[in-house]
Amino acid sequence: MAWFNRQKPGVEAPPDEGGRKVRTEGLWEKCGHCDQIIWRKTLEEAMQVCPKCEYHFRIDARTRLALLFDNGEYEEHDEKLGSTDPLKFVDSKPYAERLAAMRRATALPDALISASGTMNGRRVNICAMELKFIGGSMGAVMGEQITRAIERSARERVPLVIVSASGGARMQEGAVSLMQLAKISAALMKLDEAKVPYISVMTDPTTGGVTASFAMLGDLNIAEPGALIGFAGPRVIEQTIRQKLPEGFQTSEFLLQHGFLDAVVKRSDLKEFLCRAFDLLMN
Amino acid sequence: MPDEQPQPTQTAPSNPAWERVQLARHPKRPHALDYIQRIFTGFMELHGDRAFADDAAIVAGFGKFDDRPVAVIAQQKGRDTKQKLHRNFGMPKPEGYRKAMRIMRLAEKFSRPIITFLDTPGAYPGIDAEERGQAEAIAVSLREMSRLEVPVVSVVIGEGGSGGALGLGVANRVYMLENAYYSVITPESCAAIIYRDSGEAARAAAALRLTAQDLLGLGLIDAVIPEPPGGAQLDYDATAAAIQQTLRGALDALRPMNAASLVEDRYNKFRQMGNLFLSQEAG
Ligand SMILES: [Zn+2]
Repeated sequence: MAWFNRQKPGVEAPPDEGGRKVRTEGLWEKCGHCDQIIWRKTLEEAMQVCPKCEYHFRIDARTRLALLFDNGEYEEHDEKLGSTDPLKFVDSKPYAERLAAMRRATALPDALISASGTMNGRRVNICAMELKFIGGSMGAVMGEQITRAIERSARERVPLVIVSASGGARMQEGAVSLMQLAKISAALMKLDEAKVPYISVMTDPTTGGVTASFAMLGDLNIAEPGALIGFAGPRVIEQTIRQKLPEGFQTSEFLLQHGFLDAVVKRSDLKEFLCRAFDLLMN
Repeated sequence: MPDEQPQPTQTAPSNPAWERVQLARHPKRPHALDYIQRIFTGFMELHGDRAFADDAAIVAGFGKFDDRPVAVIAQQKGRDTKQKLHRNFGMPKPEGYRKAMRIMRLAEKFSRPIITFLDTPGAYPGIDAEERGQAEAIAVSLREMSRLEVPVVSVVIGEGGSGGALGLGVANRVYMLENAYYSVITPESCAAIIYRDSGEAARAAAALRLTAQDLLGLGLIDAVIPEPPGGAQLDYDATAAAIQQTLRGALDALRPMNAASLVEDRYNKFRQMGNLFLSQEAG
C-alpha cells in the first residue's frame, strides 16, 4: 500500500491534478502501483482497475457516472452554477483566471456533476466529484449543488449517492468554502429525518473538509480499495508529529479496520452493492 | 494547524489582517475560561465522552447566565508550557467533539440554551486523532448541531481554525470578537501552498479575508463584538462585559422561539451562505 508515498517522476499531468496515471504511449498504460504495462482497452474493460494488482486508477466524474447509471445515461442538474470569486483571491494567478482555465480544460463549470438516472431500474441521484478541477475542492458552487441534490432527494424520495474525490474545502473561497461544510451537513440532517437513504462513496483521495462533513455522514459509508481517506493530509500529520506514518495509514482498509467504513467495495462490485443496499433499506 | 505558536515574523508593512491574526494568538489574550469565570456563575465542568477519554482542549459544562442555566462549551488553550501541553494547544481530538455533543444533547434534553466559544488553530492532525475518526467526529457535530431544539449562540474569541472551529459553530447566532479570525486554512498553510513559503503568512492572511469585518461583509457572521483599544489582552473585564452584552441580546431574541423555529432559523442561516457568490451562467 505504498502508492501514496511513491514519488512519480515523468508524470505528464500538471502537478495539482494529482493523477497517478503514467502515460507511456497512446495504446498503453503503466500501473502506478505494480508497474505492469496494460493495454488501454483491457484497462477500460476492467473499469480502470489493474488486472494484475487491482490498483484502482483514478477516474473522472463522467467515467464514474457512466459506470453507475444504466446504459451510462443520466440527466444533469444545476450545471450552470458558477463561482463569482467572493474573495477576489490572487495567488500565482487570479482565481478568476484559474477558474476560467479549469472550465476550458474540463468542460465543467466546477468540480462536481450532479446527476439523476436509474441504476438497475431504480431512480437515484448521484453527485460525482471531479478531482481534475482544482483538486476536486469544494467552494460555494459545489456546496450549493450538493445541497440542492440532497433537497431533491428528500423531496422526491429518491436515494442519494455522493462519490467523493477531493482535497477538501477550496482555499480560494476562504470562509465561504468552510461554511459549505455546515450547510451540507444541515441538509443531510433533513434527509436523515425524511428517512431517504444516502450512501457516501469515498475514492482516492478524500480528505479535509469533505471528509469532515458529508463524506462521513452516509447512512452507509463505503470506499474503493486503497483510497487515501483522512481529515488531515499525511504531510501535515508528518510535519506535526515529526515521524513517519505507519504503512497503510489512512487507507480505506485502515478506516474499515478502525470502524469508520461499512465496507470496502471494488469498483466492479460498486453498482451492485449500491443497488442491493437501497433494496435492503428502502421499499 | 499545529506547532504554529506566534513567532516573531518579519515586520509586516501595514497589514490589518495579519495584525489581527497576531492579536488573536497573543500570548496574553484571554482564553475561554477567562471569559467563562467572568460571564457565568456557578460553572460546573463535566468531563469525558463516555467512550474513550476526556479531552482537555474542550471545556464543557453548565452554569448560570443572568441567573438562568445554560450549557457552555469551549475550546481552551493553555498559557504556560505545561498548560499548553495539557490543552494540546487548543487542538481538540475526536473525543473532544464527542464530549461536546454529549453535553449539547443534555442541554437539549433539559431545554437549556447552548453557548459555544471557538478558539483553536485547528482540530488536531495526528495519528491517534485519525484512528479515532477526527473527520467523523466533526461531521457528526455539524449535522447534530443543526438539529438541536434549543437556542445555540457561538462566539469566535480567538482563532477560528477551519473545520476544527466550525465543529462547535453551527449556531443560530455567530459572533466574532474584533481581533478574532475565522478561516478555512491557517495563513501559514495557505502561504506554504500558494507561495511555497510559510513565511509569507502575512500576505496569505490578507488574501484569505479572514477578519471579523471580512466575515461580516461576506454574510457569514451576525456581528462583530468590539474589543478594548489595543486588543482584548489589555482588559479582560471589558471584553467579557462586551461578550456578555451580546449574548444577552441573542438569548433574549431566541428564547421566545419554539423548537421547530429554532431549527428552521439555524437551517436557513447556513442554507444561504455563499449563495451571493453564485452566477447562473458559467460553463
Ligand atoms: Zn497494478
